[in-house]
Amino acid sequence: MRFWICAAVIALAAMGVALSGINEYVFFAAFVVLTYVVLATAWNILGGYAGYVNFGTPAFFGTGAYTAVVLFKWLGAPLIVQIFAGAAMGGLLGFGVGMLTLRLRGIFFAIATVAVIFIMETLMINWRYVGGATGLQLLRPEAMAPFASYTRMLFVVMALMAVAAVAVARYIQTSWIGRGLRAIRDSEEAAEASGVPTLRLKLVACVVSGALMGAAGAPMPMYLSFIEPASTFSLNYAIGALAAPMIGGTTHWLGPVLGALLLVTIQQIVTVTISNEINVLVVGVLLVLFVVLAPDGILGFFKRWLKASSK
Amino acid sequence: MAFSFDLLTEALLFGVLLGCFYAAVSIGLSVSFGLLDVPNVAHPAIMVLGSYATYVVASYGLDPIVAGVLLMPVFFVLGILIYRFYYESFEKRGTEAGVRGLAFFFGIAFIIEVGLILVFGVDQRTVAARYIGSSLALGDYRIPYRMLVAFGVALVLTFSLTLYLSKTFTGRAIKAVAQDEAALRLMGVNPVRIKQWAFGIATGVSALAGAMLIIVGPVEPAVDRVYIGRTFCVVVLAGLGSMTGTLGAGLILGISESIVLMFFGASWAPAVAFGLLLVVLGIRPQGLFGR
Repeated sequence: MRFWICAAVIALAAMGVALSGINEYVFFAAFVVLTYVVLATAWNILGGYAGYVNFGTPAFFGTGAYTAVVLFKWLGAPLIVQIFAGAAMGGLLGFGVGMLTLRLRGIFFAIATVAVIFIMETLMINWRYVGGATGLQLLRPEAMAPFASYTRMLFVVMALMAVAAVAVARYIQTSWIGRGLRAIRDSEEAAEASGVPTLRLKLVACVVSGALMGAAGAPMPMYLSFIEPASTFSLNYAIGALAAPMIGGTTHWLGPVLGALLLVTIQQIVTVTISNEINVLVVGVLLVLFVVLAPDGILGFFKRWLKASSK
Repeated sequence: MAFSFDLLTEALLFGVLLGCFYAAVSIGLSVSFGLLDVPNVAHPAIMVLGSYATYVVASYGLDPIVAGVLLMPVFFVLGILIYRFYYESFEKRGTEAGVRGLAFFFGIAFIIEVGLILVFGVDQRTVAARYIGSSLALGDYRIPYRMLVAFGVALVLTFSLTLYLSKTFTGRAIKAVAQDEAALRLMGVNPVRIKQWAFGIATGVSALAGAMLIIVGPVEPAVDRVYIGRTFCVVVLAGLGSMTGTLGAGLILGISESIVLMFFGASWAPAVAFGLLLVVLGIRPQGLFGR
C-alpha cells in the first residue's frame, strides 16, 4: 500500500512539475534519466534476478524506437499506440532471445545478445523505408492540451512508464516468479530438480524485460525528432542499463532506480559541463569500481549500515 | 549483382586472406577465453589499443610489424596485471563471479575505447609502410600486399602458438589448466601462475594483432565493437581453445564475409559474423573443431 501511495505521489509530482514554469532543458535531461530508470529496471529483471547478463539492451530499445517510427510514418499513430506497439515488438524479440537461454548461459548468452544488436542494426541500415543508414527526420505533432511543449509531455509519459516499470519489477520480485528466478540464479540444475519451471520463468523474464525496453525506446524518435541506426543501437545503452543496477544493487527493485538516478544525473551534468566522451568514461569507471569494491551496490552499503546501527 | 565465376573466385581468394587475418586477431581470445574461461569481452578493445600503440611507435619511423613485435612484451605485462586484478577481485572470491566478471571486462572495454577517443580523437588513423597501398598482380586478380602480410603473420602466429602449447612444459600446463585445475595443483603446479602467464601471452599476441589491424585498414577507437562479433564468432566456431580450429573458423568467417561483401554489398557484411555466431551458438555451441 505504501508503495502505491509513493508511486501516485511521484506521478502527480511529475505532472505538477511539467505544468510549472521550470526551464525547458531540465525536462530534456530528466527524460533521459527516466529512460534509464526504465531500462535499468528492465535489465535487472533478467540480469539481477535470474543472473543472465544481457548486453543487448540497444537491440530491444532500438526495436521499440523503430516500431514507433514505422507506425508514425505509415499511419500517423499517436504516441500511446507507438509505446504499446514498441512494447509488443520488444516482448516478441525477448521471446526469441529467451529461446536462446535454452542452450546458452553465462558469457555465451551475453555474446549472443550482442549479436542480436548488430543484426537488428544491419537490418535497419538496409531498410530504406525508415531512412537506412542516413536516418529519418520526423515532424513532431502539436503538444496536447495541458502541456506547454512536447518535451514536457514526453517527460510525464516517461515518468509514468518508469513508475509502471518499477511496479512490474516489484511485483515480479515479491511473487513466486521472483523466487523462481532467484533459484535459477543460484543454481539452475537445483531449481529444475526441485520442480521450478525454469524455461517458462526465463521466458517470462525475457519477454517482460524486452517489452519494457521496447516501450522505453518508443518515445525516443519523437524526443529527438530524428532516428538513425548507429546512435539508436549504440552500445552506450547496453553499458548504462547494466551499470545502473550494478551500482545501485541488483537484488532489490530499488537498486536499479537508485543507480540510474545517480549515474545518469552525473552523466547529464558531465555532458553539459565537460564533454560527451567523459560521460561514457564515467559509466565505465563507476561500473568497474562498484563491481570490484562494492559487489552489492549502494543498497549493500545501506544494509550493512542498518545492521551495524541495529546492533 | 549478377553471379559470375570470376567474381566468385575473387571473393574466395580475398576470403582466404581475410580469414587468416580474422584467425590472427582471434587467437589471443582463443587462449584467454577458449582455454582459460576468462570472459574477456575486452579483447577487441585491447587489440585496438595495440593498433594505436603501433601507430605511435611507427610514427618514429619503424615498420608497423616491427613496432607490433616490440610492443608484445609490454602487452604481456599488461595482460599479467589485468589477470592478477581479475583473479584477486573475482576468481578468488568465487561466488557470482559470472555476472560481475562480465560486467568488469565490459567496463574495461569502454574505458579503453573512451580513453583512446580522449587522446587521439574519433578520426581514423593509418600507418605507412612500403607494402601498404600497392598490390600484387596475379593474372587478372590483384591482391593487396597488406593482406598478404597479414596472411603471413597470421600463419606464423598460429603455428608458433600451436607448437608452444603442445611441445613446451608451460604450454602443456596451460592446456592442462583448461581441463582440470585441481589435478594440476596435485601435480605441484600453481594453476593461478599458469593462467596468469597464459593471459599474458594472449594479451601480448593482441599487440601484434593490433598492428595487423592497422596495417589492413584505417582504425578508429570504436572499431572494437564490430570485432566483438568477429573474434567471438571465430573462437566459438573453432570449439573453445583449439588453435588450428581457430584458423579453420577464421577461414569460414572470412570466406562467408567476402562472398556477402561481393554479392550483397558492404552494408550487410558486419552482420555475417554475428549471424554466424548466433547460428553456431544455437545449433552447436561446442563448435566445429571441439577441444
